[in-house]
Amino acid sequence: MLAYTLQRIFQSAIVLLVVGLVAFSMFRFVGDPVDNMLGQERTIEDVERLRGQLGLDQPFVVQYFRFLEGAVQGNFGVSYRQGRPVAEILLERAPATLELAAVSGFLAIGFGIALGVFTAIRRSGFAANAIMTVSLIGVSLPTFLIGILLIYLFSVELGWLPSFGRGETVKIGNWSTGFLTESGLKALILPAITLGLYQMTLIMRLVRSEMLEVLRQDYIRFARARGLRERAVNFRHALKNTLVPVITVTGLQLGSIIAFAIITETVFQWPGVGLLFINAIQFVDIPVMAAYLMLISVMFVGINLIVDMLYFAIDPRLRADRTGAH
Amino acid sequence: MKQTHIMTTPILSIRNLTVDIPTRHGVLRPVNGVSYDVAAGEILGVVGESGAGKSMAGNAVIGLLNPPAHIASGEILLNGQRIDTLPRDEMRRLRGKQIGVVFQDPLTSLNPLLRIGDQLTETMLAHLDISPSEARKRAIAALEEVGIPGAAQRVDSYPHEFSGGMRQRVVIALALCAEPSLIIADEPTTALDVSVQAQIIALLKRLCRERGTAVMLITHDMGVIAEAADRVAVMYAGQLAEIGPVREVLAAPIHPYTDGLMGSTPLASRGKDRLHQIPGAMPRLDALPPGCAFHPRCPYTQDDCRADPGPRIEDGAGRAACFHPISRTEVA
Repeated sequence: MLAYTLQRIFQSAIVLLVVGLVAFSMFRFVGDPVDNMLGQERTIEDVERLRGQLGLDQPFVVQYFRFLEGAVQGNFGVSYRQGRPVAEILLERAPATLELAAVSGFLAIGFGIALGVFTAIRRSGFAANAIMTVSLIGVSLPTFLIGILLIYLFSVELGWLPSFGRGETVKIGNWSTGFLTESGLKALILPAITLGLYQMTLIMRLVRSEMLEVLRQDYIRFARARGLRERAVNFRHALKNTLVPVITVTGLQLGSIIAFAIITETVFQWPGVGLLFINAIQFVDIPVMAAYLMLISVMFVGINLIVDMLYFAIDPRLRADRTGAH
Repeated sequence: MKQTHIMTTPILSIRNLTVDIPTRHGVLRPVNGVSYDVAAGEILGVVGESGAGKSMAGNAVIGLLNPPAHIASGEILLNGQRIDTLPRDEMRRLRGKQIGVVFQDPLTSLNPLLRIGDQLTETMLAHLDISPSEARKRAIAALEEVGIPGAAQRVDSYPHEFSGGMRQRVVIALALCAEPSLIIADEPTTALDVSVQAQIIALLKRLCRERGTAVMLITHDMGVIAEAADRVAVMYAGQLAEIGPVREVLAAPIHPYTDGLMGSTPLASRGKDRLHQIPGAMPRLDALPPGCAFHPRCPYTQDDCRADPGPRIEDGAGRAACFHPISRTEVA
């Protein structure tokens, strides 16, 4: 198990190095930052001086290692547009995205698993079939359209919920939270549903098909033949066996909730890192874009690492410390 | 000895059991008017080719027929009480408590994610009024009884940590842990090595003798029947062909199908002669011939066999369902 963990961490590190290379290449190949910073009126001497200051006269490899050195310490340079350290801007924006992603993730996993199990157990019932049909809509509608429809219904027509922003936030240390105020919670509802709906239907359909597969297995038949209660058969025996493949996909989905919050944040003008990234693209703010890229890949890799560890917790067959003779 | 089981009520009694599967192309009848009894402490071997309806009859007894299959007519009695009409929840209480089941493949019968001790205790707690710690003690005792070495440590192992034969021992412990009066063993040795098969059969035999458990042993292996069963029921195309004490049926079968089946079983004593084959194959359920289902393959077929389904073995009366049973006095 320890060897496996170390191996996975090593692999994660390599992935991050490659992503780092891509992020770093943006500085060199997407326009010359010196051009952007000095503008039209400049002398050759100015350019040379700035290149020296920024270390751009160094060989490629040296520059890459400097970039990595900075990135590891959380130093991604200075935003071209705002003139402030990128790390500071990201930290300021991160709570909004993380809170939104957390709420969406809970919605997606909670409702996804519950509805998936329900539709698998009552697979010929009316309610189950209705849920399956509706879920098709959830899978096929694009996120921005769901967001706009929700805004139209609940903000414009009914006027119950705000259509943009985070509402009032409360500062706890460096973390600004919307969980503690009424307007903050209200503002969270529509974006969270928009962001989580697709993932929820996906998880639901996955849980359902896996569960139907597991319910056909011999050990489920044997559990029934032993006279166990239907509830024990469904949840203790079937659901646990369903979770292994579900966790894989769910892990990836949670990563994409954070990564693709961009669209939802744009629709709802949610002041998170996704919106920051969109604005950064408009202004070719490369340090911000590179840092965002790194941040997202760290999250993806981290979540995947956790998922791989979860397998061990659930499936005893994977644990290396085998005691039994075979 | 034979008189005792006529006087006492049998543990399991199947009367004219018929199982139907409605399909788009008409109703299939995998079990057709079958009757037999299993007495306490007795092992009844149910033998037949694949698709003869032997497992389907077993599933009907435990109330786990896969829909749309259902019991169309007949009665199933357990200890003299009718069980085929019980509501679902009462039937569930009966399974495991009164009727234990052993399935064919021990590799897939156990939940891979639960410790075997947990699977044992959950079964006992579902049926017996005992505390979890008492259940754990009994789980260890049950594992010892089925011959798992180091049961006290192995109780916390997962199924993948056992070999196939050991897993089938665990399955047997699971089937017996709530002390049922009837065990239905559906091909319990088919998936095992030959050397392990004999051990499992001996174990099943010993445990059931000790407790007086009735056993319905479903198999297609005549060797297993000869080894374990007291009586044998031969099934063909959903019907009972012949039933009787195992020695009589195996040594001197009177139904032509049983005769053919015995002739096609390799025996060391018979030397190197070519094995006999029954010509043709068992008819598909949607293409049963008129008259006796066996007549197209039977060497003794006469006109009445083609016209009439033939006699039936009603409870206890008769040994073979055949118009023209082989007369052993002539042969001998």
